[in-house]
Amino acid sequence: MKNRSIFLPVVTGLGFLFLYAPIASLIVFSFNESKLVTVWGGFSTKWYGELLRDPQILGAAWISLKIAFLSATLAIIIGTVAAFALSRFPKFRTKSLLNWMITAPLVMPDVIIGLSLLLMFVAMQGLIGWPAGRGMTTIIIAHATFGAAYAAVVIQSRLVDMDMSIEEVALDLGAKPMRVFFDITLPVIAPALVSGWLLAFTLSLDDLVIASFVSGPGSSTLPMVIFSKVRLGVSPDVNALATIIILIISVGIIAAAIQISRSGKKLGN
Amino acid sequence: MSETQTNIAARPWADKDATPFIRIKNVTKKFGEFVAVENVSLDIYRGELFCLLGGSGSGKSTLLRMMSGFETLTSGSIEIDGQDMAGVAPYDRQTNMMFQSYALFPHMSVEKNIAYGLKRERIAKAEIKQRVEEIISMVQLDQFATRMPHQLSGGQRQRVALARALVKKPKLLLLDEPMGALDKKLREETQFELINIQESLGVTFVVVTHDQEEAMTLSTRIGVMTDGEIVQVGEPREIYEYPRSRFVADFIGSVNMFEGQVKEDADDHVIISSPDAGADIYVAHGVSCTLGQKIAVAVRPEKIQLSKARPNNARNILKGKVDEIAYLGNLSVYQLLLETGKRVRVTQSNLSRVGDDAITYEDEVFMSWSGGAGVVLQS
Amino acid sequence: MSSPATPRKTKLPFGSFLERILSKLGLRGRTLVIAIPTLWLFVFFLVPFLVVAKISLSEAMIARPPYSSIWNWDDGVLNLTLNFGNYLFLLEDTLYFAAYMESVKIAFVSTVFALLIGFPMAYTIARSPDSRRNILLMLVILPFWTSFLLRVYAWIGFLKTNGLINAFLLATGIIDEPLIMLQTDFAVYVGIVYTYLPFMILPLYANLVKLDDALLEAASDLGAKPAMTFLTVTLPLAVPGIIAGSMLVFIPAIGEFVIPALLGGPDTLMIGSVLWNEFFSNRDWPVASAVALVMLAVLVVPIMILRKAQAASEGASQ
Ligand SMILES: Nc1ncnc2c1ncn2[C@@H]1O[C@H](COP(=O)(O)OP(=O)(O)O)[C@@H](O)[C@H]1O
Ligand SMILES: [Mg+2]
Repeated sequence: MKNRSIFLPVVTGLGFLFLYAPIASLIVFSFNESKLVTVWGGFSTKWYGELLRDPQILGAAWISLKIAFLSATLAIIIGTVAAFALSRFPKFRTKSLLNWMITAPLVMPDVIIGLSLLLMFVAMQGLIGWPAGRGMTTIIIAHATFGAAYAAVVIQSRLVDMDMSIEEVALDLGAKPMRVFFDITLPVIAPALVSGWLLAFTLSLDDLVIASFVSGPGSSTLPMVIFSKVRLGVSPDVNALATIIILIISVGIIAAAIQISRSGKKLGN
Repeated sequence: MSETQTNIAARPWADKDATPFIRIKNVTKKFGEFVAVENVSLDIYRGELFCLLGGSGSGKSTLLRMMSGFETLTSGSIEIDGQDMAGVAPYDRQTNMMFQSYALFPHMSVEKNIAYGLKRERIAKAEIKQRVEEIISMVQLDQFATRMPHQLSGGQRQRVALARALVKKPKLLLLDEPMGALDKKLREETQFELINIQESLGVTFVVVTHDQEEAMTLSTRIGVMTDGEIVQVGEPREIYEYPRSRFVADFIGSVNMFEGQVKEDADDHVIISSPDAGADIYVAHGVSCTLGQKIAVAVRPEKIQLSKARPNNARNILKGKVDEIAYLGNLSVYQLLLETGKRVRVTQSNLSRVGDDAITYEDEVFMSWSGGAGVVLQS
Repeated sequence: MSSPATPRKTKLPFGSFLERILSKLGLRGRTLVIAIPTLWLFVFFLVPFLVVAKISLSEAMIARPPYSSIWNWDDGVLNLTLNFGNYLFLLEDTLYFAAYMESVKIAFVSTVFALLIGFPMAYTIARSPDSRRNILLMLVILPFWTSFLLRVYAWIGFLKTNGLINAFLLATGIIDEPLIMLQTDFAVYVGIVYTYLPFMILPLYANLVKLDDALLEAASDLGAKPAMTFLTVTLPLAVPGIIAGSMLVFIPAIGEFVIPALLGGPDTLMIGSVLWNEFFSNRDWPVASAVALVMLAVLVVPIMILRKAQAASEGASQ
């Protein structure tokens, strides 16, 4: 009994150290004067300045944000509709196909998704002339597809948990099915829509492999630029960039978590 | 009995020519292979407060959901007010349903919840406002109109759910376990409120419940369900006094069941020899049966008298020993042990304070009941 | 009811607006709801696999696109030229077989380590008081939301010869010579365990949190020592979580590209990197396609195990 009570907290503590030490070091060394990322040369914010003067990074960040925003929005629409069909329609001919297709991207390696989509885009261009070349459009389609899979999982679990009799009661009070969806279902699953959207957004912002396959000239995303930089070794301006990203994401996630737990209470969950 | 019991106008089911408001004909519902409702036929009349009573899983909710349009029938038909309801969607029916969970919209205030159904009818704003206000004060929720559902107590939520359904002025209100989530005391108060509301609006109610006391209190008639079938339909008194099967006798109230065989079969009485009771039991009404047929006699605990001395002119007398006594205030429940080993339950009102001659543990006592007290059950 | 003679302007909400359009098109809402995601995923997820399968059976050519067509029409006759050469090539060149084996080995070892670290963590979180539990859980999930690429990059600074770990070990006198960790298999293990640890912890947690205190107490009441209780009660109940978590680490690890590219050495040969090089460096689309299909074949069994484990833990929670 005695040694177990020490063993568990120690391993857990080390586990969290393992999870957070690299992140902490990224942040600390982003303020390092020295270019040698691991030797402390005094406090400085010069790498932030350098970052903000780097047009390549800024341009890529802007492209990535646009792609993430559009693909997450598309993903949440497809994901919601898919989750709704799967959890509310008792049976239809393509149900198991749809169920398989919406969950498969979750376990499919990125390299396969990227390669297969690119090959299809090339084949499609040969056949019908669209999409004309690769670029932002093809990246958005790719990200929306796997983002929809994640969004659908989040939304479906909410739809299944939700008290379905409130939808029935709305029908009973004279609302047609589509009204019920917009008046009742959507507001009640709103927290899941928010988390699903955020999830799809971050996944898009984070993706290197798929984007590398389906991007074209002039549509390098932020991860692609970072990857080409860090392949050559550590560079402090990447640390600065990492710090900014981590800060924004942490604030966003914590705010969203608080918001969701609050509205979850209000909606009686 | 009161006059209303004999008044045909208040008892349309007793009138052969009356047209039923709801006609359920040979309705069966299967979920896959499982039969949830089996060949149910039932007529319900305008203005009734009809209770579907049965244990959990007996198919009550399924039957109700078929009336509201949420489940399709496997076979049979349901007519409401002369219209066959097959293929009519829930939102096109002039019936409303109150759900067991109340199913309040969590993101709408009390007012908005109640107004939701009216808005679907494209009614003028002013009228909606007026009708919502009226119904809110009828269910006494005036101070809570702008609250959200999660800020209400269980009883208040129940009243919002009721108001939301009633404000549509439905022809028929279907209530699934309307008191299921309330505690006992609140439930009793609410039962009378519900009867008042129903009588003042004149809406036909069909209430599902598993609580036999609730069914007895509320209903004009009760339909007893088990295993998807309706086994008996009747007024509360009829169901209690003249159960038609061992199941109904046992399910409604408590009962002493004596098994036996028909020994004498006359026009105005039967005599059953019962090894259970260790004596012959006299029942003062004719029964269509054959000599030697296996049969049971049911006697309610409150219809049996207890005395220390042997009563003189009772039709049925049994002797036993007091095994248990439970004092419940207004009445006492005795558990008596017959020589045959059978236990008999007897309740006696505590009309006077306990005296010295009170019956107590281990006493040898006589149980007696009149010829009209027992009911013969063939199934 | 308003009389039809005095039509009132009613604002059409979004829902009924859509409904009108749909009914004009003669579409039922239900059909549309099913069709939208089904068609999207069919075109952008399923068809691409068929394209990959087709191209894996063609020959590489210097052309645009750089592969031969597998069918052509000759005088109204459809000629199908299937070329299994790419698959034969994968068999002949030992590099590919070695890469598949190496991927399985690296994924397996990483999974074992992730389980060894993740289990105590999940157990601790599941057993901690309600108030602390959600915070700890959030701490597990939070890194997952921050950039994966940057978190892997952070390990370069840790594992380099003149990196933080070596600096620490040298300063404390534990070692005299810096350890070579970056660009080794070890670094790849660290990267994979680090990246996928949350995927191990979450399903384990979901299983362990359902473990009733009373169950453990009952076991010890019946005379089981803690170790015995763990082996006979906790562990069997956690099996679906262990399987699900392990598969959630193993499956993506097989196809991993970024981690070996940043942390691995020249002889860390993982199949994801092979596919990448085949495509981007050699521009051999047919071979890359064949590599992808064989990778999928390797993953079929783990994916089926994962599905089963997830279904089992869902069933247990109902
Ligand atoms: N949608 C359904 N699918 C399968 N079985 C169902 C469904 N709804 C009800 N049942 C089954 O039908 C039986 C009757 O259910 P229900 O009408 O809800 O009973 P009650 O309301 O009397 O408790 C139960 O055994 C229940 O499991
Ligand atoms: Mg029920």
